[in-house]
Amino acid sequence: MEPQNPQTNQPENELTSSETGTPSPIAAALQREHPEWTSEVIEALGETTIVVPREHIVDACAFLKTAPGLEFNFLSDLCGFDRGPEEEPRFEVNYHLFSTTKFHRVRLKVVLNEDDAHVPSVTGVWRTANWHERETYDLFGVIFDNHPDLRRILLPDDWQGHALRKDFPLRGYEPYSLE
Amino acid sequence: MSTSVANIPPQFEIVDQPLDTQMTISMGPQHPSTHGVLRLELVLDGESVVKATPDIGYLHTGMEKLFEYRKYQQGIVITDRMDYLNPLGNNLAYVMAVEKLLQIEIPERAQIIRVLTCELQRIASHLVWLGTHALDIGAMTVFFYAFREREKILNMIESASGGRLTPSYFRIGGLMMDIPAGFERRVKQFLDDFPHAVEEFHKLITGNRIFQKRTQGVGYISAEDAIDWGLSGPCLRGSGVKVDVRRTNPYCGYDNYDFEIPVEQDCDVWARYMVRMREMIESHKIVTQALARLRPGPVKADAPKVVLPDREAMKTHMDALIHHFLIVAEGFDVPPGEVYHPIEASKGELGVYVKSTGGPKPARVHFRGPSFVNLSALPHIAQGEMIADVVAIIGSLDIVLGEIDR
Amino acid sequence: MGLENVLAESLPEILTTQLDSLINWARKSSLWPATFGLACCAIEMMNATSGRNDLARFGSEVFRASPRQADVMIVSGRVSRKMAPVLRRIYDQMPEPKWVISMGACATSGGVFDNYAIVQAWTKLFQSMCTFPAAPRDRKC
Ligand code: SF4
Repeated sequence: MEPQNPQTNQPENELTSSETGTPSPIAAALQREHPEWTSEVIEALGETTIVVPREHIVDACAFLKTAPGLEFNFLSDLCGFDRGPEEEPRFEVNYHLFSTTKFHRVRLKVVLNEDDAHVPSVTGVWRTANWHERETYDLFGVIFDNHPDLRRILLPDDWQGHALRKDFPLRGYEPYSLE
Repeated sequence: MSTSVANIPPQFEIVDQPLDTQMTISMGPQHPSTHGVLRLELVLDGESVVKATPDIGYLHTGMEKLFEYRKYQQGIVITDRMDYLNPLGNNLAYVMAVEKLLQIEIPERAQIIRVLTCELQRIASHLVWLGTHALDIGAMTVFFYAFREREKILNMIESASGGRLTPSYFRIGGLMMDIPAGFERRVKQFLDDFPHAVEEFHKLITGNRIFQKRTQGVGYISAEDAIDWGLSGPCLRGSGVKVDVRRTNPYCGYDNYDFEIPVEQDCDVWARYMVRMREMIESHKIVTQALARLRPGPVKADAPKVVLPDREAMKTHMDALIHHFLIVAEGFDVPPGEVYHPIEASKGELGVYVKSTGGPKPARVHFRGPSFVNLSALPHIAQGEMIADVVAIIGSLDIVLGEIDR
Repeated sequence: MGLENVLAESLPEILTTQLDSLINWARKSSLWPATFGLACCAIEMMNATSGRNDLARFGSEVFRASPRQADVMIVSGRVSRKMAPVLRRIYDQMPEPKWVISMGACATSGGVFDNYAIVQAWTKLFQSMCTFPAAPRDRKC
């Protein structure tokens, strides 16, 4: 067995929920190097969330990927979230990072306004981001700038609207017919 | 801006050059070797693949939307239908994520039964993969042998949960109910027989020269590329990276079990085949250990506001009846928060992102389907391969469209 | 009457029947299904050919990938809006006479997936239909 990171190896029941706990070493490292890249650090349920301003997300990802001791070389997941049409900022994009050498995880978060739902693409950092970003674009309408191939992925190309937005009705706008 | 991007699918770029030797063919969505409804745009030069572009979404079911309109406990049913070869794994990931939000602790026995059934399900999932993968490559017989074994597992799961394909066996806070009488005996019997079955599979195809020729050296992806493309599970371990969520971020008490993580260095279809074959043996080991650890005890957490009470208690206790009514009619409130909970499903890292803003319904549930990510690497892996090998590569990625399209 | 009886008496080794019934008997005894595996039900459809359920009893074990060689299309699983035109097209390619089996609750009525992505009751798209609204819970799929 490989050595285990003590941070991630705790049994689940020992995890405590604290909104204002001490920042994790990951967030601390990021803040030490580039304080302007983190606007907020949230520690909850044993998971670290770092809110990153939109313009720094690619730099922050590239830094986390290569920085010694962090080595987040694996993008587990990327997903969007819509807080609802009344909320401002409306959209969140979550990046779940994992390290295949250190075995720790972190979540980066970017918040976006509705009228300017653009975020730089991280496909240059991890190629796996390609489909995740296409999916988020398809379902939320978040535009990933500099994405090599930003098309709809799940829904047909002529689909109207973005299905996972809160104001999209569950049953769609009109019933289906072949004609 | 958004529409202009969607207008010109890039796979058509090359097609319009008439005197080119290249040819574009469309494979699927109704094709027997695409494991469901995957469509591939293949640009070919002679017999070798210049570019493969998967086109997915033919099974898009809107599940993530549906979660937001259903109570937490109703979501379990939907998770079954995602990766339908490994429904218990999906159940597990989802209920554990919600349990993490609720901070409930699960009794020992429930944990062990979860591990036991999930490992059985992993074997069943690998058996379907084995049967169809061999079928794609041209070996018909294995399919029948694999499905024979799978049937035994599904019978056991059916006896415990009532459903063979879509069990929905786990509940938030434990299990639907305890395993029935005779379950342990059946598992034991299965455990006794299974090594012989694996031997049979090895006899049938592992030594087969045609099978070896079709798989060795085909579909190469190096370790760095595999990590960069986000491959996980047997595909990643087939490229020599020893990562398994059961070890790296243990859940359900997996750190107490003694098992190995099979790793192969060849990075090809053959390596992924070997990893899965060896994983079945490891799962067999885990089931054996879990069975030995089973002790009588409760299978539901002590959380009356979340876990449905026993039928007997409802007949005698007023509170139990009230709780039952409230859970069923109104659901339970989950405190605001967000979690990402990864587990090792049979196809790789299955992560569930659950976000709650309070109330009985989740604000967002997102599944990181391992098949989705594994398939996204297909253009990279298939480039330069022969067209006949594309089928072998798809088989070795072990994709399930239900999980890709959700 | 008539010829049949005479034939039956003088040449007992010859069976007479109407051509229609002969053809129907032949059709009935070997219905070749076209796979249209979509979702979870497809796995159970595959299972139907395997040892335990043995679809070969009915002469239907020959799953054809090409609709042009099939008599009956088994639509197993949920039909999404992106898939519905494809489904229709494949149906149109099948030679007459043709039948469609809609397998499972999802294919028949949308099942639990009452939402924007799934065609509720795609059976409306066809005329000749035969539906089995049941999810594969038991050994009968
Ligand atoms: S009826 Fe059940 S098994 Fe069939 S496709 Fe629907 S959910 Fe899956």
